[in-house]
Amino acid sequence: MTAPSEPTRAAPTEGSPGMIGKAKDWIDYRMPIFSFMEHELHEYPTPKNLNYWWNFGSLAGIILVIMIATGIVLAMNYTPHIDHAFNSVERIMRDVNYGWLIRYIHMNGASMFFLVVYIHIFRGLYFGSYKPPRELLWWLGIVILLLMMMTAFMGYVLPWGQMSFWGATVITNLFSAIPWVGDAIVTWLWGGFAVDNPTLQRFFSLHYLLPFVIVGVVVLHLWALHVHGSNNPLGIDRKSEKDSIPFHPYYTIKDLYGLGVFLIFYMAIVFFAPNALGEPDNYIPANPLVTPAHIVPEWYLLPFYAILRSITFDIWFIEAKLLGVIAMFASIFILFLLPWLDFSKVRSARFRPIYKQLFWVFLVDCILLGLVGAKAPNDKVFPGIDNFEYVQLGQITTAYYFFHFLILMPLLAKFEPTRPLPESISEPVLGNRAEAGE
Amino acid sequence: MSHSAEDTDPGLPAGDDGETRRDFLTLATAALGVGGAALAVWPLIDSMNPAADTLALSTIEVDVKGVKPGQRITVKWRGKPVFIDHRTPEQIEKAQADDAAGLPDPQADKDRVKKPEWLVLVGVCTHLGCVPLGQKPSQPRGEFGGWFCPCHGSHYDFSGRIRKGPAPTNLEVPQYQFLNETTLRIG
Repeated sequence: MTAPSEPTRAAPTEGSPGMIGKAKDWIDYRMPIFSFMEHELHEYPTPKNLNYWWNFGSLAGIILVIMIATGIVLAMNYTPHIDHAFNSVERIMRDVNYGWLIRYIHMNGASMFFLVVYIHIFRGLYFGSYKPPRELLWWLGIVILLLMMMTAFMGYVLPWGQMSFWGATVITNLFSAIPWVGDAIVTWLWGGFAVDNPTLQRFFSLHYLLPFVIVGVVVLHLWALHVHGSNNPLGIDRKSEKDSIPFHPYYTIKDLYGLGVFLIFYMAIVFFAPNALGEPDNYIPANPLVTPAHIVPEWYLLPFYAILRSITFDIWFIEAKLLGVIAMFASIFILFLLPWLDFSKVRSARFRPIYKQLFWVFLVDCILLGLVGAKAPNDKVFPGIDNFEYVQLGQITTAYYFFHFLILMPLLAKFEPTRPLPESISEPVLGNRAEAGE
Repeated sequence: MSHSAEDTDPGLPAGDDGETRRDFLTLATAALGVGGAALAVWPLIDSMNPAADTLALSTIEVDVKGVKPGQRITVKWRGKPVFIDHRTPEQIEKAQADDAAGLPDPQADKDRVKKPEWLVLVGVCTHLGCVPLGQKPSQPRGEFGGWFCPCHGSHYDFSGRIRKGPAPTNLEVPQYQFLNETTLRIG
């Protein structure tokens, strides 16, 4: 990532060589790991105007570490077999030392991970972090999101409760919508003729593998980030040294503060409402002969589930079932195209008066989609109005989701009158101070 | 943690010894971080200790009514073999006589039994954890008639004491008690 440093380069010790300093120099000359850390974590120039929305990237990284650490310990006590999985999870809850705590941290950690990553993504949407030269960075982020969804889905299957089993059945059956080869693919995914022991065992294997793949893509994500550095709330490039501050100590301490606040929130859920985000039905052992009355995915997948269920009509020869699956996948894959759908040169919504409004409309649309995903399709949205059901709200909000990306973004990019951008990052920062008389 | 005068932020007042408020804050933050991390990691480490259901299995009861003098039986306790040896009067006599035989790990035979005719041992060689031979009449019992560990050649006597070979200590006597004449509770 960095060019090999010249032999004379001193390792970043505090001026005093000493024993430790010499050891650092010795290692650094052969493998410049200390120079690298100094370069990327200490002096790494960072825009000085980052606000708290920029905390969520490092938070996501820390949650990934928490998930892997707790997951490794859980795997030591978990048995991936349909006859033992449920009981082994209950044993973790009752008998293993701190097993309840570790499982609740892991279980709610999935929710926290998605919460933080969704905020991270919406931060990117608001401040235009996907625009040149950060398209690859954005793509790698979407890859991480997709990997997270796969990992979370397979992890949810492992306790082998009713929701585990029927969630696995419903999601794997999505692939049966593929023409001609769908059924063969589903049989292959299952390793049998239903979700059964082979399915559970491969899901466990992949659930253990994928987080490490995520770590790999996170490394690429950070690599891409560090080439051009962070975007910032003004969405303009850094022009001089005055626009930057070193990452350490300024952002390490800010990230740590954010971590403290976040951990209070996270641990409050772990200790006081550990099952608030889960489904009670998943504490009933899986029964392949009885489907629960109402199957819902975890909250973080609800908007996509809503899009899946919203397509209730065939188009030409394409069946509704297949269209729903296509729409659901398209809702994520469309993010890959965003840097070209929104070709406006102005990154930050602060200088895009119309987009700034539409961003919030889009956010509300996504929340509504989540609400639709949680409800039964034929429930009434408003108690008094009979012919407005959640399926129709889902169709409206799904249509708007794609309308936002495919129509609004290009139109705005072309026609929106943007506000003038500041000359530099320091200008508005120092300028505002001057106005305030400081 | 002491900064030289050049890299001390001029905005921070330095004490007489050159230490600044920032030094204190850095140390305090680091201490809090290390302490917090240690507390957070402890549940993960402790989860690898025996779980409650494992600990609950740590007692067994054994009926030894059918074990005749000269017979040995093996039972499983905490995943390990436990040797129960119904000793003959000659074996008891030999074991007691050897109390003064210059033992590597001196211990009187009467301290190793609750009733002289019943010898109870953890059947794990104290060298590197193999199971010594001698429970069956067909197996070698070593030079001292007790047990012989095939892994590295440790010889144990009629009291389960190490007499020859690399094992450092006598075969362990587990905690046990007689619930009645013929029922043992181990653990």
